[in-house]
Formats: sequence, C-alpha cells, structure tokens
Amino acid sequence: MTKYRINKTRFVDQTKTVSFTFDGKKYHGFEGDTLASALLSNGIHLVGRSFKYHRPRGIMSCGSEEPNAICQINDDTNLTEPNVRATEIELYEGLKASSQNCWPNLNFDIGGINNLISPFIPAGFYYKTFMWPKSFWKKIYEPLIRLSAGLGKSPSQPDPDIYDHKHEHCDVLVIGGGISGIISAKIAAKNNLKTILIEDKNILGGSTIYQNNKNFIIDNKKSNEWLMNEISELEKLDNLILKTRTSLAAFHSYNYLLAKENISDHLPLDKKNGDIRQRLWKIRADKVIVAAGAIERPLIFNNNDRPGIILANSVKKYLDFYGVTTGLNNIIFTNNDSAYETAVSLFEKGISVKIVDIRKKSSSKIVKNAEELGIEIYWNSTVVNTFGYKKIKSIEIMNLSEDGSNVTGNKNRIQCDCLSISGGWTPMVHMHTQSGGKLDFRERDQAFVPNEKSENHINVGSCNGDFELEEIVKNTNNKVKKFLNINESGFDKISILCSKELEKKNIWLLPNTISEGKTKSFIDFQNDSTAKDIKLALREGFKSIEHVKRYTTTGMATDQGKLSNMHALGIIADTAGVKMGTLGTTTFRPPFTPLTFGAIVGRSVGKFFDVVRKTSIHEWHVQNNAKFENVGQWKRPWYYPINNENLHEAVQRESKAARDSAGILDASTLGKIDIQGSDASEFLNRVYTNAWSKLGIGKCRYGLMLNEDGMVYDDGVTTRLGENHYLMTTTTGGAANVLSKLEDYLQTEWPELDVYLTSVTDHYSTASICGPNSKKILKKLFPNKDFSDEAFPHMSYQDAIIDKIECRIMRISFTGELSYEINIESKYGKSLWENCIKAGEEYKITPYGTETMHLLRAEKGFIIVGQDTDGTMTPIDLQMDWIVSKKKYDFIGKRSLYRSDTIREDRKQLVGLLTDDPNEILEEGAQIVSELDKKPVEMIGHVTSSYFSPNLNKSIALAVVKGGKKMKGQKLFVPMENKNINVTVSDFIFLDKENKRINA
Amino acid sequence: MFIINCPYCGERDQSEFSCGGEAHIVRPKQPTELSDDEWAEYLFMRKNIKGVQFERWNHAHGCRKWFNMVRDTSNDKIHAVYKMGEKPPLI
Repeated sequence: MTKYRINKTRFVDQTKTVSFTFDGKKYHGFEGDTLASALLSNGIHLVGRSFKYHRPRGIMSCGSEEPNAICQINDDTNLTEPNVRATEIELYEGLKASSQNCWPNLNFDIGGINNLISPFIPAGFYYKTFMWPKSFWKKIYEPLIRLSAGLGKSPSQPDPDIYDHKHEHCDVLVIGGGISGIISAKIAAKNNLKTILIEDKNILGGSTIYQNNKNFIIDNKKSNEWLMNEISELEKLDNLILKTRTSLAAFHSYNYLLAKENISDHLPLDKKNGDIRQRLWKIRADKVIVAAGAIERPLIFNNNDRPGIILANSVKKYLDFYGVTTGLNNIIFTNNDSAYETAVSLFEKGISVKIVDIRKKSSSKIVKNAEELGIEIYWNSTVVNTFGYKKIKSIEIMNLSEDGSNVTGNKNRIQCDCLSISGGWTPMVHMHTQSGGKLDFRERDQAFVPNEKSENHINVGSCNGDFELEEIVKNTNNKVKKFLNINESGFDKISILCSKELEKKNIWLLPNTISEGKTKSFIDFQNDSTAKDIKLALREGFKSIEHVKRYTTTGMATDQGKLSNMHALGIIADTAGVKMGTLGTTTFRPPFTPLTFGAIVGRSVGKFFDVVRKTSIHEWHVQNNAKFENVGQWKRPWYYPINNENLHEAVQRESKAARDSAGILDASTLGKIDIQGSDASEFLNRVYTNAWSKLGIGKCRYGLMLNEDGMVYDDGVTTRLGENHYLMTTTTGGAANVLSKLEDYLQTEWPELDVYLTSVTDHYSTASICGPNSKKILKKLFPNKDFSDEAFPHMSYQDAIIDKIECRIMRISFTGELSYEINIESKYGKSLWENCIKAGEEYKITPYGTETMHLLRAEKGFIIVGQDTDGTMTPIDLQMDWIVSKKKYDFIGKRSLYRSDTIREDRKQLVGLLTDDPNEILEEGAQIVSELDKKPVEMIGHVTSSYFSPNLNKSIALAVVKGGKKMKGQKLFVPMENKNINVTVSDFIFLDKENKRINA
Repeated sequence: MFIINCPYCGERDQSEFSCGGEAHIVRPKQPTELSDDEWAEYLFMRKNIKGVQFERWNHAHGCRKWFNMVRDTSNDKIHAVYKMGEKPPLI
C-alpha cells in the first residue's frame, strides 16, 4: 500500500495486485484501477508533455475528456497504440505504457525550450513564419514540422487483432448508465419494451455510485446505496441488454447509432489471444434516451496547467471510487457548490483541504456542511499564479473586485500538493447535436442545453442541464414516461433530499495583476492554446468561432475540445461584447471519442476487403503461372511468364505469337446484358450512336454509348440473336453502371418501350482465339462447321455444339486479327478452354493476358474506354465520326455533339505518336508540349496508351492532343524529368489499316 | 442514415439505395429543336435546395426500381415516396 491509497472501496479489489510499467519502470496497482488511478496511487502526476510548449502535464480528469494523460500502450510493432487515455484504460497484468511527445524523456525534454521562447510562437506562428524564404520550405521547414508533428507512434506491422461488427435493433436505446440512464432503462424495460443500455465504463452508476455524502438522500438511503439497489434490480430484467465498456461513437439521423464495445482491452495479455478485441454495434432504435451526463469545466487562470491541478469531481472519484488521494495537502478552487462534495470527502478521510471560491458566499446545505466541519474557505478570491515545475507546490490568491473584472488587495501564497479546480458543468450535448438537434444557451448555468424538437429522442439528466439530484430524478421520470407513453412508474413517489445551489457566478477568464500577454492561462491543454491566443485571433480579425478554432487550434486535439470549447466561446463573447447564445458553437462531429481503425473496418480486411470475382477458367490460369491484374473486382490474367520472363518479355512473346500464329484470351469478364422485347431494336437505336434497325439476325455490330453530355461512356459488340433478342457486351469495369443507366432510361424516360434487361455476365464464359491460324483451330474444335468467309463472315455469330454442349461463336475482333469468341455456359468454361488449348497445340496457341490484349488493340488503333477516354472525349474527338449516325433523329448524347463547346476545333483529339527513337517508350500520362521554350509551358495533351510493338518493331503510342486531328506529321515534345523526347504525330492505326488480317 | 420506404418493397436501410438527383426533369422529346441554352438547362441546371426537395431514388441493392421521394434536405425528413409516372404530392 502506498501513502496515496488511503481508502478501501468496493470498486477496487485490494487483494488482487496488478503490475504494470510506465516509461519502463515497474509499478503496482489493483484490479479495478485505471492506469490513471494506479499512477496516482504511486504518487505519479507527471505523465506527458504538452504538444507545442512541451510543458510538463499531469492527469487532469477521470474520463474521456482527459487532455493530458494520453499514453502509448504496448511496445510491440503490431499492437502498439498511441493516444490512449490513461483515465479510460483499465489496468491489467503486464500493461506497458509510456509517455508521448517528449525527447529524450519525460523528465528532461529538449522540446521544453519551446516554453521559454513561447512569446515568439503565438497563434498562427506556423502560418506567419514558414511563408518565407520560399526556398526554405522543402529542405528545412517541412522536415522540421514533420519531426515535431503528431502524437505517439503508429504501429508499423499489421494489426493481428480481430474486430467485429454487429447489427442490433431495439425499442429503446439508453445512452449512459448513470442515475438518469438507469431510471430510464428501468422504466422502459419494465413496460415490455426491448431496451439496450450502453455505458462506457465497466461499472454502471455514473458519479452517483460513489456519492455517499449524507446530504444526498433518496428514499431515506444514501444516494449511492439506493442506486446500487436499483442496479441489482435492473440486472434481473429480461428484455434489457446491458452493455458496459461500450461507448457511443455516433448518433446519425433516423436513430441509427454506432457504439464501440471493448471486449478484450482490459484483459491481461495472456488472456487476450485470438479473441475479438472490439465490436462496433450498429444500432437502429425506435426511441433513444440520451443520458450522457456532464463534464466538469476547468477554470482559466495563469499557469493553470501544472501537474497536480485536477478537476474537482475527478479528485472525488479517485478518492471515493478508486480509494486514491491525489494529494495530501489539497486546495480546491471553485465557482460552484459541487466541489464542496470533494472537500467534504477529503476532510472525512482526514486529508488536509482548503477552499478558494470566487463567490462571496453560498448558503447551500453542502457548503454549510463544509463550514461546520471547519474547512477553511477563502471567499471572493481567485488564484492568480501557481508554482512548481513538475508538480504544483503552491498557489497565490487575491481578492476579486466588486464586479469580478479585477483583483485587489495583497497576494496570499498557500502551499499545496494538489489543486482541484471546478468551473461548473458542461452538459454533453454531443449526441443531441450529432443527431441534428439544436442548442439553446441557458444564462443561469452558462451552458448550452438541448433544444428538443425530435419525437424520437430525448435528453435526460445532466446532459439536459439538470444538475441537482432532485431535478435529475424527477425530470427523468416525468420525461421518460411522457416520451414512452407510460402512465405510472416505480419512481413516481420517490422522496429526495439534496443540497441546492443558490448562488452562481462564472468568470470565463479570471483576472490577474499582470497583463494578459505575460500570462499562460491555458484553455486547450493538449494543443497549448491560451486565452492570449484567442484574443490575438480576435484582434487579427477572426470573428467566426469556427475560424478562431482553426487559427488557434483550440478544440482540435484528440479530446476534441471537451474541456476547452466553452471557455473559448466565453472569452470570445466577453471580448467581442456579444452574447454566448448568438455566437453559436463549433460543430460536434462523430466520433465522440476516437475509434480504432480496426473497429471501423471490422472483418473487412485482407481477403474480405472486397469481393473477388474469378472466371470459371481461373484455376487453369493459376496452374499456368499467370500473373493477375485487378479489373474492378475481377481477377484477370495479366501475362503468363515463362522461365522467369518479366512483364515486357512475356508481353512481347505473347503479342508476337498472337499475330504470327494463334493466341487465346479469357474474355469472360466482359459485361453481358441480355436484351429482349418487341422494342429491343428501337431501344438500341436510342442508346447507341449508330443505327441498329437493319442489323440482320446472326450479325454483330460494334456500338458506342454516350452520356447525355455527348462524352463516350462505354463500348462493346452487340449481337442480334433473334428478332427481338440481343446480347450486349460492355467493358469489364463498366458492366454494372451500364445496366443501371439503361434501366434508368427504361424505367423513367421510356416506360412505353417493351424491353427487358438481364445481366448475364456470370452466365457465360468466353474464350477468344485470334491469329492467322485461329480458323484452323476452330475447324478442329467444330469439324462440322463451315468457317469459310462466305458462310461465317466477320461480324457474325452462329450457334454450335462442343462435347454435346451448346455454345455461341462470334467472329469479332478486338486485336485486328482474324478472331473468334466462343461463349459457353460458365460451368463448362474451363473444359472449353482446355479443348481450345489442346486443339491449338500444333499451332503453338499462346495464352495471353490483358497487357498483350492492350498492346494488340493499340497497334490496331482501337480505343479502351477509360484509358484513352476520360469522360471528356466525344466520338468526334476520338475521330470516330463514322459511328455517329447522321440519320437518326435522336440518341443519348446526340444533341450535345453540336454544343458550342463540343464543336470547338481545339479540343483534345485522339492521335498516334511515334518517337523519333523507335526504342524509346513513352510513359502513359506524360504531358505533351509543342514549344519547349515557352513560359509558362503550355501542355497541349497527354499520352494515353504506350507500348513497344514487337510486330512493328518500334514504339507506338496513343495520345490526346489539342487540335490533334490537323497535326499529322507535326513534331512535338514529351518533356520528362531528365530529357525531352521528340515525337511525331501519326495516324493512330499503326497496323493493317486495310483490315486484311481481320478478313483473312 | 435514414430509412426509405420503397414503394415496391417497404422500409429498407438507406444503404440499399442510391440517389439519382432532382426529380421531374423530363428529357426533351425533340432535343434537336432546342438551342444550346435550352439544352444546357436540361442537361446541367439542377436545384440544390435547403429544405423540401423532390428527388429520384433507385433501390439499387433491392428491386432495382426507380421511384421519386420528397425529402427535406435540412433534416432528412422524408415526406413522401411515389412511383415513377405518378403525380407529385402537394407538400
């Protein structure tokens, strides 16, 4: 037992010792402690350095609002976690924690020099200083800023823990397990409503559970005893789910809420393995009751940030809940009655305590109680300074002037080892505002309280601005009954005795004898913004609270301003002479407390990150050493290296083989849409740029689809299978969007058309065989079929049978070679493929992947939508005027093709590029210029596709260039980092312009 | 995240739907008759109201049907859903 562990409580088991390390040194605490209470029990207050000035900082609170005590937990490269609040993490055997933002160590921190030069680094320092000289930015300023940026270290290895997501539905969700939450949940559950109660701590009861002051009595029992009894009754209820260690992260519209449950964070290391670490609950609740409580405010005075300065109610919790005193010689500095409960608690345990109160008097029961005990109270006084570098040693107090705007009289120095501060209470309105609720400013309590308009959620307890026990219990009971349409509850006849605060006084920035510029009155403790910074921002012309926040970084730390925002607002209002209510607040955004990435992502990691689609031939590709490329969700063979070939070597070999003999491609991933109905032809007329009515049955046609703005959207070959039956193919990546777009037009613009669309992409597998020997291979596969050009011409299709299985053969070509595509029901895809390989053996049929496919089509000058187009290319820009019907009255995008912008002649247009050095391969995406010396450099286009063609034995590229159509033969330049590449504009069809190969 | 009452399937989570922008913009029957300005009006000009807005929605991960919805963009309150082709309700 240490000298600071002075009290036995039912919440900490002092028979079970737990050992842990902090900054490498071993300490002991007990089961039930948090890291913060265990550190305090060892007399440790100094736990970190502040972000900007590296000032020593100590534990300041006991909950999620903690600005200072944020630690690095664990030192493994995969499990280490930064920015964990010591006040929230439950102590477990083997816990390793270390302080952050200090070097070389917590006690001697070089960065502390920032504190000495602080007059020179005010708010906006970074914006003002690092502007000049410009040349310093890259080499000096940026590395320096990066070095000092950030808190803690992120793990460098993948997280081995499992995270989970779970959906839940309920009639009533109660957020917060304090007294008002418990009353709400009990009323709801007892009335046969399926109720969930979530509480972020491991124990229910909030601050009442350790309130054993005799001034707070419910039904003749001390309030903590009464509540203990209520909780044990609550736990027996059937239709109530109690979720402790579960914190609300977000409250979205329509009562959709996210809550994070800690499942194994509190377990000793040897018991954690393999289990789910955290679970994110996605809750849809019919009604939500927010009972989130309130946060105690600090007071803003000079040097209010020393280790040993702690919020008063937190001091009470450490004492009455954990059995730990934060000091042996205490001073309490307050503007309200609640801190007197702390004083009485300390006094009753025999610990020295004095009180400094800014009010002139208070006539409440609890204050009378303190006076009767003989506790010394300095009325109408304020702290003007504190002393002690790594731990507070003494304070100076002065009297306040009549109006509180100044200090008078002599300074009075008082020794202490802990200063408890209380500036009143801030209702936690985060949940209410996240859900879309508005706030009202209540002058009496100087607090924003919910303005309730929603029928589906209410706020009860102190988060609603009810701070006194009697109003909390009675208002909660009445509100919940009304909200849930209940006439009677077990709390109707309850009797309550409590202390009531009658005298109220609040000063946002306490006065001092020295000028503001020379004080350090911290508002945001983690980000080191002071009252001085806020005033500077106002002087520099910032008016909106959102701007002041960003300029001074007030409220932008990991605690998101839970302690600081109200003071920032108060000081702005006072300085600018406006009312707080008119100032508004900054926006409260989810999450309420930081969420781990693991909890957000859940199980969607690794192979579960996204759906993987494989063709029926996939296994063959794997066995044959294919390298794969992701195309949307599809895994497509990229190339098939042999004997350690690299990508370039494999593609050169595959491309040559496809042109010289035969190649085979798995084309199963192309989108396929089955189109049927008596208006199918008319429909195609409207969605494609070319005409479809006259396409014969059994014929295929290439089609280009535009957006209504005239830009190319998708392309593919569509085959007429019957009078009213077509099979459309789309690009692999565009399949889903094309179907949606077509459905949109059918359902909304042309409901009169008799057309039905079905996605059949997964129904068929496709083997595409190309090359001069492809006809011979097809002949071997289908010996009974006539493959003569007369019987089976280019752009036609026929039904066929292979191994008794029906299939479709299309003679179409994306490579410029004689080419056949065989479509077969997917389950026979692999068998078809193997038959093709076998039949092609004597012609050395070569499987090729997407890279070779891209090269072959580029040689032929066929575009790929999405590679050579980017949503700003019309068919005219692509020099594809031939496919745009002049006769059709209308099709999607037609009118846009002659808007003033689309008929400009200096639009980027598709051209071919040849490098002067035939071995120089351009980089895709490289910019193109016409004049090298012109400043600024005018970029007239960019390279869209670029390859070395083994069939032409030179480098070829497609590009889009402003006014490119008229530039054939012109010399242009592609400037790269180290050189300029000379290129010549050429035709974009590099090979077989006469279509001899396709028709061979 | 709101709940949408699909006129074909009933109440479903918003995640099943996608929004298709402003409703009741009819594609001109004779686009070729329109001036550039008139065509641009159809093509580009959309309202972005803070308040009650008529929108197209698609039950993309459900029945795939398009329908119309009246939503208050300031608080996401849904005032009505109705099928394509039906007259918009008076709000």
